[in-house]
Amino acid sequence: MSRPGFNPDPGLLELVEYAQGARANSFALARLDRRRFLQLTGAVGGGLMLGLQLGGRSALASQAADADADSFEPGVYLKIAGGEIVIYAPNPEVGQGVKTSLPMLVAEELDAAWTDVRVEQSPIDAERYGRQFAGGSRSIPDRWEGLRQAGASARAMLIAAAAKRWGVPAPECETAESRVTHPASGRSASYFELAAEAARQPLPSPDSLRLKGRGEYRLLGRRLTGVDNRALVTGERLFGIDQTLPEMAHAAYQKGPATGAVPRGANLEEIKRLPGVLDAFVLEGNGNVSELMPGVAIVARDTWSAFRAKAALEIDWDESGAARDSWADASARAAELARSEGGETLADRGDVAAALDAAETRLEAFYQYHFVSHAQLEPQNCTAWVRGGEADLWAPTQTPGRGLKSVAKTLGLNPSRVRVHQTRAGAGFGRRLVNDFMCETAAISARVDRPVKLTWTREDDMSHDFYRAGGFHALQGGVDPNGRLSAWRDHIITFSHDGKRPVVGGHLSAKDFPGGLVSNHRLTRTLLPWHTPCGAWRAPGSNVFAFAVQSFLDELAAAAGRDPLDFLLEVLGEPRWFEPGNFWSLNTGRAAEVVRLAAREAGWGRSLPEGRGLGLAFWFSHAGHFAEVAEVSVSAGRKLRVHRVTVAGDVGPIVNRSGAENQVEGSVIDGLSTMFGQKVTHEAGRVEQPNFHRYPLLRMPQAPEVDVHFIESDYPPSGLGEPALPPLAPAVANAIFAASGLRVRTLPISEEGFTL
Amino acid sequence: MIVLTLNGRERRLEGLDPEMPLLWALRDHLDLVGAKFGCGIGQCGACTVMVDGRAVRSCVLPLKSAAGASVTTIEGLAEADGGLHPLQEAWIAEDVAQCGYCQAGQIMAAAALLDSNPAPSDAQIESAMAGNLCRCGTYLRVKKAIRRAAGGERT
Repeated sequence: MSRPGFNPDPGLLELVEYAQGARANSFALARLDRRRFLQLTGAVGGGLMLGLQLGGRSALASQAADADADSFEPGVYLKIAGGEIVIYAPNPEVGQGVKTSLPMLVAEELDAAWTDVRVEQSPIDAERYGRQFAGGSRSIPDRWEGLRQAGASARAMLIAAAAKRWGVPAPECETAESRVTHPASGRSASYFELAAEAARQPLPSPDSLRLKGRGEYRLLGRRLTGVDNRALVTGERLFGIDQTLPEMAHAAYQKGPATGAVPRGANLEEIKRLPGVLDAFVLEGNGNVSELMPGVAIVARDTWSAFRAKAALEIDWDESGAARDSWADASARAAELARSEGGETLADRGDVAAALDAAETRLEAFYQYHFVSHAQLEPQNCTAWVRGGEADLWAPTQTPGRGLKSVAKTLGLNPSRVRVHQTRAGAGFGRRLVNDFMCETAAISARVDRPVKLTWTREDDMSHDFYRAGGFHALQGGVDPNGRLSAWRDHIITFSHDGKRPVVGGHLSAKDFPGGLVSNHRLTRTLLPWHTPCGAWRAPGSNVFAFAVQSFLDELAAAAGRDPLDFLLEVLGEPRWFEPGNFWSLNTGRAAEVVRLAAREAGWGRSLPEGRGLGLAFWFSHAGHFAEVAEVSVSAGRKLRVHRVTVAGDVGPIVNRSGAENQVEGSVIDGLSTMFGQKVTHEAGRVEQPNFHRYPLLRMPQAPEVDVHFIESDYPPSGLGEPALPPLAPAVANAIFAASGLRVRTLPISEEGFTL
Repeated sequence: MIVLTLNGRERRLEGLDPEMPLLWALRDHLDLVGAKFGCGIGQCGACTVMVDGRAVRSCVLPLKSAAGASVTTIEGLAEADGGLHPLQEAWIAEDVAQCGYCQAGQIMAAAALLDSNPAPSDAQIESAMAGNLCRCGTYLRVKKAIRRAAGGERT
């Protein structure tokens, strides 16, 4: 088939590779980014921006005792003024809790009383805040140094101010709960009293700052409720979809039934006469799926009028350049290919053929998983006001900076004329790394020359996602006469937009489990063409690789008569860090510890009633080591009950314990929700599951208990948005086997007749 | 014209399509954005409000069907003096939300439950809440918060 008339999105693949540390040089890249970011923001106290800002403040403060003179704004992350400490949360909040956890890092080193802190979302400004994005579980690791340094710098200046006022040596002063004290003389002053003088203190050199050790934390590791919780439970205007502007119109946008379809014509005159409709027109688009694809826009006085008119649209679509993807064709082709060697060799260690021949136990299995949608509950939306060569956008995005550039490109504006205002997002899961909805809103606003809010219907959202790609694994494994894993052969069949690289989420590599852990290992890959956009879905790649790999490992253990826990620990082997210093590489010592802890807490090995079993799985992703044990009952008719999931994870020190546990609980429930009944199938490029009635999400009665345990190792903390998700599916699948002897090899498991 | 009682106040709605779902009247015309749009087919519960004391999916309730009814949204759940409803307090105490988008609907469904059954069993909580999806998976905390609110002062 020839190339369709639209472009894939290479930028997305690069972003995800960065986020996952998937490239060999990614850690160096991350460090470079961090250093550059510190220089730009002055977060370490020595940067230009901090100097300039303080210079301005100092001049102001020295003039007269005006209201601003009491303000202390050291750098870009905090402001002490008017009896409160405002901390600016730099990254988008999409449900991962960073609007609470990132300010905690500042407050900890500042020794601020949390009750004095008010958190604001920072402006979107790459010059001042560096890379502001929500993805790859990167917020905590990327901000860990900079935000603590920002708090420590401000604290040092407050101490300096107090020491000067009291004529005492600074090292004799202490801080706690937003106060500086001098115990020797009994003097004490609040940060608010000291703010104006602190602003006149010299910047501390980064070398002079000593960040706290673990034992000194007062805030980190505590259980804090989210800073937006009161606003959330009272229904305040927080989300993208809640934004309004004066004279704002409401828009709907109908894109083609298959990606790349172009409207030849539509009943626009009829639509324009419908009640409440202000305008209707075709947008040609720029052919980039991450920006503006062709479609018909309806602008109306309210959302309902726009939606009703959209339902009445009759569009003649030209699909000559559109995607014609078919899941049925792709899966049939994959089943044929499974017997072949695979096109491209990604890993070839030892001699797999010989090891398989010599194996005491040898197995082959074919695993497959469907495409899925993100289904974040807030549909894509954006509010934009484009006028006079400028644009303002209020957007629930995971990548505001990228969105800004996409909009500038779509409108042909200089990026300096585009401003993005971050809103809270009704979840992301990777969908909002792409900002097509921002570009569409901007284009519609530009056309009608007034503020516009675009709201996608659920059907738009399900039909125009950047899907998690489906895929297939033809696996072979061998266990030697000593009962040890001796051979691992994986032929992954995944998809490609360009015929060269796998789509996001198809990038299984030699470094992924059990790469490096088994002496005879061969990994090959075949790419099938696919034109409907694929994207990053929570723990891209890992969310499906873990299922195939950890399930097949369990199959081998069972076939060899080994206990799955012993077998897994033996594969992990001696404690070693594959790339010492690179937190995005596997550390088998940390891995074995979480595996042991999960097994112990779940009561691994205890006897269970007939039809009930425990399943274990481990996965390493996003710098997080996670093991999970599921306890599952299987009754007649393949009816499941997942009773409990025990999770052990090591992501270093925990920042907000409540938020951390919430992420793990949510990962387990999301993992189960996705594995049990979710699939998106395409035929002739069209999605067959347009809304939740055909795309079941887990409901409360189906949710298991979740028991969360953290090993708080001394490694720097890493993020929690993703790494607890991948082990869930294989843990449940392995528990189904333990309970019933039935081996699950397809996601969702409803395809194999299971119900929940 | 459609007349209804909204959060204790009589509202007279003129010039709106009687077929318009209550959700869009609330969000676009009455400046109440707490109830959320999620699916438009009554499957997700993000739009849940109380109509005459019952939890209702406002995305599929035509405005004409709400005529004469008493509608309570999340914005009307707190006391007039600003004191939070026990469920709202419990939601904060249990730190229920992740993204938070479904939570107003969850709370309204829970409020309708506690109004009719002040001390629900876990099975009754699960049954009453089964119509409200949480994509982030906060069900365990939703359940805990309902238990906390039910066990509190409210009778």
